[in-house]
This record gives sequence, C-alpha cells and structure tokens, in this order.
Amino acid sequence: MIDVISIYKTFYVPHEVKALVDVSNKIEAGEVVVVIGPSGSGKSTFLRCLNRLETAERGQILVDGVDIFDPKTNINTVRAEMGMVFQSFNLYPHLTVQGNVGLAQKLVRKRPKKEREEKTRMLLEKVGISAKAKAWPSNLSGGQQQRVAIARALAMDPKIMLFDEPTSALDPEMIGEVLEVMKTFAKEGMTMVCVTHEMGFAREVADRVIFMDEGMVVEEGTPEKFYKNPTHDRTKLFLKQIL
Amino acid sequence: MNQGRQKTSSAGLFSKAINMEQNISNIKRLSNPIAYILSVCGFLVLLFMVIGSVYYATVAVDYQWRWFKVPKYFMYKSTITLYAEGYGEIDTIAANKDKYDITVTTDAGERTYTVPEGTFDWIEGDMVAPGDIIASYEGGWQPGILAKGLWVTLKISFIATIFGILLGIIGGVARVSNTPVLKWSAMAYVEVIRGSPLLVQIMIFYFVLGTTMNKILMMNGIPKLDAEWYGIMALSVFTGAYVVEIVRAGIEAIHPGQVEAARSSGMTYFQCMFHIILPQALKTILPPLAGQFINLIKDSSLLGMISIRELTKATREGITTSLQTFELWILCAILYLLMTFTLSMCVQYLERRTATK
Repeated sequence: MIDVISIYKTFYVPHEVKALVDVSNKIEAGEVVVVIGPSGSGKSTFLRCLNRLETAERGQILVDGVDIFDPKTNINTVRAEMGMVFQSFNLYPHLTVQGNVGLAQKLVRKRPKKEREEKTRMLLEKVGISAKAKAWPSNLSGGQQQRVAIARALAMDPKIMLFDEPTSALDPEMIGEVLEVMKTFAKEGMTMVCVTHEMGFAREVADRVIFMDEGMVVEEGTPEKFYKNPTHDRTKLFLKQIL
Repeated sequence: MNQGRQKTSSAGLFSKAINMEQNISNIKRLSNPIAYILSVCGFLVLLFMVIGSVYYATVAVDYQWRWFKVPKYFMYKSTITLYAEGYGEIDTIAANKDKYDITVTTDAGERTYTVPEGTFDWIEGDMVAPGDIIASYEGGWQPGILAKGLWVTLKISFIATIFGILLGIIGGVARVSNTPVLKWSAMAYVEVIRGSPLLVQIMIFYFVLGTTMNKILMMNGIPKLDAEWYGIMALSVFTGAYVVEIVRAGIEAIHPGQVEAARSSGMTYFQCMFHIILPQALKTILPPLAGQFINLIKDSSLLGMISIRELTKATREGITTSLQTFELWILCAILYLLMTFTLSMCVQYLERRTATK
C-alpha cells in the first residue's frame, strides 16, 4: 500500500541533522506498524514524509502506486485518503467539536449536510464523546481533544491512519482512553502507522515494530521477536533504558 | 550587619505589602459609594477647571462666543426666492387649495409659480421686469454644511474601510505565500506606501492618476470620476498597506500545527487559509485593525486638499462665512471624536464576543 524507497532527509536549520538516511519500507493494507526510537531518531520525520508534510530530498514514496513527491501529483487527493493525528491535537479552536469533525468532510469530500452530520454523530459516539458534540475544544481535557482529533481524521474514511506520538502530550490518566480508541480501530482492520513510546500498545496491537536510530531503520520485526530477542546492541540498549 | 540586611529585606517586603494593600484598597475605596461619588466629583471639578480656564482666557481676548449660531450649520430653513425671467406681465392669480398659482407671461415664455399666501405683492396685469421678485417664502429644512461634511466623511471612511480590508487581506495572504512574485509584490506595495506621506499620495492620486484616468475615460466617452473617488482610492490604498502588515502578523501568530492539521486532511492552501487561518487570525488582528480604521477616519480630513468637502473642509468653509472660528473648530473635533469613539466601542464589543469562544 505504501512503498518507501530509499528516502533521505537532512535538516539544515538550526544545524545540519541527517533525519533520514536511506530508509526503505513497505506498509501493507491492514497492517499496524509501530515506529519507536529515541528522540531525534527521525521517526516523526519518516511519518511526516508519508503524507508529504516533509519532502524527502532523495528517494520515492509510492502510495497505491502514486509517487507523492512528483510535482504533478495532486497531493490533496492523496492526503484525503490518509488521516493524521498529532501530538499536540491541533483541533481548530474556532470551531466546535462538531465543526472540527465536519469541516474537511464538507470542503474535501463535499458531503451533503445530512450525511456529514450522521457521520460526525456516529464517529463521536465511537470515540465516546457524543455528549460534547457542541463543546469548544478549549473546554475539553487533553484525552477528549485527542479523541476528537482521531474522529476528525477518521471522518474522511481514510485508507490509512498516521499517528505522530498521539499520547505524548497527555496526562498519564488520559493515555488509556486514547489508546483504547486506537486499539478498537486497529482491531477493525484499519491500516495504521504509529510513532509512539507506548510499549504496551505496541506489544498488544502491532503487527510489526520498526526501531529507528540516527535516521536509519536499525531493526524491525514482529513485537514478540522484537521485544524478546532483539538482535542489535542499539535496540537492546534502548529497550533496557525504557522498560 | 546581618541584622541590617534582614531589616532592609523586611522593609522591602513591607513596602511590597503596602503596595498590594494599596491596590486592594483602591478597589475597596471605589466600592464605597461616598468615596466613589467624591472621586467622580474630583474628576468633574478638574474637567471644569480646564474648560473654565480656557473659556476665561478666550473672554480675556474679547472672543464673542456665539454657540446659538451653530445649529444652522447642521439644519437650516432655506429661503426660496422666485425671480421673473424676462419682461412681461402677471396673467392670472388663482387660488389653488391653500396656495396661489401665479401665471406670468414674459418674453422668456409662460410660467406658473405655486406660492403660499401672503408671500407676494402682485395683482393681475402688473408688469414685471427681469430680476423682479415674484415671491419669497421659507422652504423646508435643509442639511447645513457641517451635516453634509459629516456625511461625506462617514461615507468616504466607510467605503475606504471596506476596500482597505479587502486590499489588506489580499496583500496579507500574498505576503505570507511561497510564490515569490506575490510575496515581492506585497512587500513592495507595503514599503512604497508606508514610505511616503499620505498627503503626497492623495495629491498623486488626484492630480496624476486622476488627470490621466479622467482623460482616458473622456476619450472613450465615459463620464469622469469625482474627486471623491480618487480620495477613497488614496485612503484605501494607504490603509491597505498597513492592514497587510497587521494581517501578516495575525497569520504568522497561528500555530503551524493548525496548517498541518488542515493540509493533512486534504484541504487546499486556500481552503486552509480561509477556513482555518484567517478566522483565527481575525481575533488577534481586530484591535490593531480598529486603530488603523480610527486613523483612517482622522486621515480623511486631508481630503479637503483635493476639494472634497468633508468635515474639515466644511468647517473651514463655515468659518469663512460666519467667523465663528472657536466654536466650529471645537465642534469639528468633537464630531471626529464621536465617530472614532463609536467605532472603538463597536470593536470592543466584537472583541468581547469573539473572546468568549
């Protein structure tokens, strides 16, 4: 479904950092991929390259066979098929919860009002905040905001969901509710790429774990193999530090 | 020595405590009705002292205050005087309800004047010569020169505000875009307009652009534009340049995550701009924008230079006929104050409304 072919990315500001070095990967439909690694390892950059929030300077990413770095590609139609959830939620503060979930449906999917409202109601129920449909984002807790953000991304009926550290900005007692929602969708067969530090989540739902360090994929494999028998020293060290 | 330091630090603390107490007691004092009334009285006394001393000084230089002459600059009863147009005679005088129809035949033709009773002194068959007064009577209420000037100022400011906002938003969006042509155009516009005086720009708009455009319009058989429109153009272009910078600052204050969220859901650049960024930016740009439009109202006073009869020019004309210099200039200032104060009240109301979200 997504074919990452040898991408490179270097940041020059504030100083030169090689964020991605020759990263290749293949993400199949229905797969749940968890990307882990120390901070600065390039995992977020990798995720953001998948929907061209960052552009790689070399290499190709094919989404359903479409090269997204090709200037002729209409990136908006590609992005409409990819939902993204951010660490800092990024809900639109000038719209209600309903408005947040409904806006892209209206502008991008051009859904009629009735269909939009039905979809919004259904999704808010699914993430467990239908009571807050008319609330403003600033009146919600972090966990609730993140669940709205997930509903907002799902409202587009994406083929794949990208999660960029969705629980890192949350208070510990709210992490559970967000992970619960993510697990539900993972079990329904949604394709997911998730950058996270939640090892429990990775173990439980991931089909594949990718460990990155210094812009490179150091190791990847199924969660059992990855956590029980890591092969690289760097992976062993990392796992020892966080577990 | 140790003791001394302790003392100073405790003194510092003490003075801080007093400061805090004063802040609190200020609020307390005003919640006491007697203290409140005394404060208001004190303020009014000060105000009257300032106004009184100015008044006293003007009386000392023998200025005659004639405020009673001022209302006619807002509304006056016009006098209508009808003159005969040529040599001839009064044909008929016939009653027409409570008025009279006077038919006059002169070498310029036959005309019928309908006038109220008692405003003429003719009988049928009287001879008339050109310039003879046929009748003279009071007409209806007419807006005075200040009222007209006020209206022109309001109209010009309103239209220029709308065009200024449009120009500012277009320029602001262009200013933050990644397209070099748009970005450079917006930057050049802002720098050029902010770098020269408004008065000079008004002159250029009227005497350079106006002359050229009116000539071209006339050559194509289209009626030429009024000075008013060139004034509006100058003001909107001038204000627009400042609004560009205000809009740019407002846009740049939006968290980049907002753009990422919108773009990652497949919205185009413009959808993101008009549905996500600008609505949020509006809240931060409202106060500086209001200041800009208050300036616009005040700057419109310069348009008198290109013979637009707005409030300031109307005041000047009023003074040349009446010589009520002090009254009319003070009144002019008060009228501007009323306009700007109303505007800032409206904006404060809007700010409160958007703040609740």
